[in-house]
Amino acid sequence: MDISTLIKHLWLTPQGNMPILGTVYIFFLTLIISLPLGIIVALLRLSKVKVISYIVQFFISVLRGTPLMLQLMVVTYGPSFIAKQFGYNLSMPEKLIPVVIAFSINYAAYFAEIYRGGIESVPRGQYEAAEVLGYSKSKTFIRIILPQVIKRIVPSVTNEVITLVKDTSIAFTVSYVELFTEVKRIAISHSTFMPFIVAGVFYYIFNFLVTVAMGKVEKSLSYYRI
Amino acid sequence: MNILSMENIKKSFGSNEVLKDISFKVNKGEVVSIIGTSGGGKSTLLRCATLLETIDDGTITYMGEDVTYYDQNGKLCYAKDLNHFKKFFGLVFQNFNLFPHFSVLKNVMDAPVTVLKRDREEVKKECLELLDKMGLADKATAYPCELSGGQQQRVSIVRALAMKPDILFFDEPTSALDPELTGEVLKVIKALADEKMTMVIVTHEMAFARAVSDRVVFIDGGVILEQGTPEEVFVNTKNERTRQFLQNYNS
Ligand SMILES: Nc1ncnc2c1ncn2[C@@H]1O[C@H](COP(=O)(O)OP(=O)(O)O)[C@@H](O)[C@H]1O
Ligand SMILES: [Mg+2]
Repeated sequence: MDISTLIKHLWLTPQGNMPILGTVYIFFLTLIISLPLGIIVALLRLSKVKVISYIVQFFISVLRGTPLMLQLMVVTYGPSFIAKQFGYNLSMPEKLIPVVIAFSINYAAYFAEIYRGGIESVPRGQYEAAEVLGYSKSKTFIRIILPQVIKRIVPSVTNEVITLVKDTSIAFTVSYVELFTEVKRIAISHSTFMPFIVAGVFYYIFNFLVTVAMGKVEKSLSYYRI
Repeated sequence: MNILSMENIKKSFGSNEVLKDISFKVNKGEVVSIIGTSGGGKSTLLRCATLLETIDDGTITYMGEDVTYYDQNGKLCYAKDLNHFKKFFGLVFQNFNLFPHFSVLKNVMDAPVTVLKRDREEVKKECLELLDKMGLADKATAYPCELSGGQQQRVSIVRALAMKPDILFFDEPTSALDPELTGEVLKVIKALADEKMTMVIVTHEMAFARAVSDRVVFIDGGVILEQGTPEEVFVNTKNERTRQFLQNYNS
């Protein structure tokens, strides 16, 4: 298989799959869900109700302390496995759904810890100034605290996003058709190493674009210093 | 009329009794300076008055309305709608606490517009006038990080004034400033005093306190040891502790 056929194949396989798009889907859907979800998790983690904080803390530590690959397996095969124990036969949903769920939960845990660090680094005086001026708790968070948190955490978030680009390849373990799944299949069936190089170049370019985009975000927030 | 009345205020942090039965009233148009050794409870008194801390015992009223009351069981409670009382006062912090992500104009406009829901254009006009009066007209679009400490503190005074408070509290407004910048901030506070703005100023600037105050309060160890006109406290004090304190300051 020559390189242009390979690239065409990775865009659209004869079976009608779109491996590159599969990777892009995982990436964007995970970000769209986990970035906001992380805020909620962080706020629960910071809850004054100790029980809530401890429970969330426990889940975060499990999500960060076990392999994403394992979590992906559990989310993908767990439901039908459990259903079978009770004598039901669950048909497999579109693979993208469990993949995105597993990735989003996992990344939300990481983002939550980044947000928490950011929230805790905003000086008390900011809350107090807002409180004396009569801002409600939610207005204080949304108008005063969150924008400063975002500025503080952009570099750490960039690191996670770069990791996410590479992590999308883990979806091959549940045979969801994304770039790496297809590359590995072709490399084995055609006994060639070339697909791996193509994949490497793809991930590298993807992350180059991510770095440029996040650099723009960081720059757009550089009009003030904290 | 008493704008603020605090009676028999007690406040402890753990076993540390910081305010021991303090009673403190401020009349309309009055300028009160609070002086005293560090750790004496001055900030805590201001933080209790501005509802940043809750008192353990005593009563607080603003404009004759009760902020705190005792229920049937004799338990101290705070009024439900504390925002109603927050309209009466403003607080200027030692380290400004401006919002770094807002421009100067937005810093001073945001609360009147989003908290008080006032008309944006009207607020903007007032705020620009206030900034102009404080010599900050050309800084409206700047960000706090681009300003000197003295300018930041003047912005934070405008931010408090934009809420049209009946009383303004200052907690060591010049303590975080380089010595050469304190003058511009003190001048602004002096101008407010001349306009009969009701103010309570915690300060270590004795000459300033003496010049602007109607009344000087000396707090030490969580109690008001002495209060009176600047003349009475600074010149003719009969209190040994006050004398010692002032001596340390003048030497
Ligand atoms: N949030 C707090 N928690 C515990 N102790 C506090 C707190 N705030 C103030 N204190 C204590 O209360 C005392 C009075 O402090 P403060 O009111 O700041 O004094 P001043 O402003 O006169 O220097 C000090 O002993 C200080 O350590
Ligand atoms: Mg103090």
